[in-house]
Amino acid sequence: MSAVLPPVTTHAQVLELLDSVTDPEIPTVSIGDLGIIRDVEVHHLGQEIHVVITITPTYSGCPATRVIEASIRNTVERAGIQKVVIKNRLQPAWTTDWITERGRQRLLEAGISPPACCVAHSIPDDTNVACPYCQSHNTLVLSQFGSTPCKALWHCRDCLEPFDYFKPH
Amino acid sequence: MNNALNIDQARFEQLLRLGDNALILGHRLSEWSADAPVLEEDIALTNVALDLIGHARLWLTAAGQAEGQGRSEDDLAYLRDVRDWRNLHLVELPNGDFARTMVRQFFFDSYHLLLLEGLACGHDAEIAGIANKAAKEVRYHLRHSRNWVIRLGDGTEESHARMQRALDDCAPCVPELFEADQIYLDLESLNIVPEIKLLKSEWELKVNGVLAEATLQMPEILSAHSGGRQGLHGEHLGYLLAEMQFLQRAYPGASW
Repeated sequence: MSAVLPPVTTHAQVLELLDSVTDPEIPTVSIGDLGIIRDVEVHHLGQEIHVVITITPTYSGCPATRVIEASIRNTVERAGIQKVVIKNRLQPAWTTDWITERGRQRLLEAGISPPACCVAHSIPDDTNVACPYCQSHNTLVLSQFGSTPCKALWHCRDCLEPFDYFKPH
Repeated sequence: MNNALNIDQARFEQLLRLGDNALILGHRLSEWSADAPVLEEDIALTNVALDLIGHARLWLTAAGQAEGQGRSEDDLAYLRDVRDWRNLHLVELPNGDFARTMVRQFFFDSYHLLLLEGLACGHDAEIAGIANKAAKEVRYHLRHSRNWVIRLGDGTEESHARMQRALDDCAPCVPELFEADQIYLDLESLNIVPEIKLLKSEWELKVNGVLAEATLQMPEILSAHSGGRQGLHGEHLGYLLAEMQFLQRAYPGASW
């Protein structure tokens, strides 16, 4: 951890840095893969580097939002950036359509079934949810609300395991 | 234009109304925490509460900015007395049994979603942005409360009777949803809020459809509550605020 890292100076390096910031509720998925980061600006002001990061909250009341902001700030400041400004953007509203392919894969690996449909092209429809453990589509919703605002609680009728489903949003 | 207030004051009032409904109902639902009939419902009701409290934070922050007196979301939530609250009577109604909570929620969700969808198409970019985000969450709330209304209404003799009683309790709060004062009409003329007549007819159409499926009857409304948006409340709100505001009243400025 204490190895001296080369200084972060470019846009690509800041993005790479942010890749290590994860959602505290789903620690295997980066906030970039969840579509939370909307914009990154890097400004060189004399010797100083200032970074402006625009993020979008997932759910309005999600307590993870503040934790994510704090982790972004810590991560970027620890890399030697002199000033970090975090902006919140509500519009356009966050959607699960912005979760990347890698993000979906990581959700699956964490035992969370990724959204079964693209919200922009259809009315959210939960009829085709696959079990993350045995891939069966013989599944049943137990509750529309789960352990976090973004998830619903499902049950697999084949392997009988309960599982989390990331709701299309 | 013969406006009752200038546009900033009207926006402030409207933002308070939106924020106060969300916060008061969010608080009511949070009272179910660790007390719901089954674990899944405990999680569902508190998730809905969390969404609503999230909306309240956005609305009240915007209200404080519209007012321009430097009041924060916390100042507005914790330091206003009962007459300064702008919420509807429906949301301050005590939880009662699970049937009452679900009918109250179904009435409010149906109204809330139509209102937010209207605001999201309105001409005020800030209000439209928050409304658009909130509407996505409220669609899940409505799906949840609607399913329960049908399941319990068209359920056992006991659940049906309780649901019918809950309708009787909540019905007097319905006319207030569609009252429009001068502030609302001014904002309506600026296309910031949806047309109240349209809101009412769509609400009735949707709610009556679900009640029919649930084999429930909307009771005749003989006397109705009114004036929540102007700060006139029932006996219940004061008790709710006493609990919700206790910490900041007893230890001003406390934080963690």
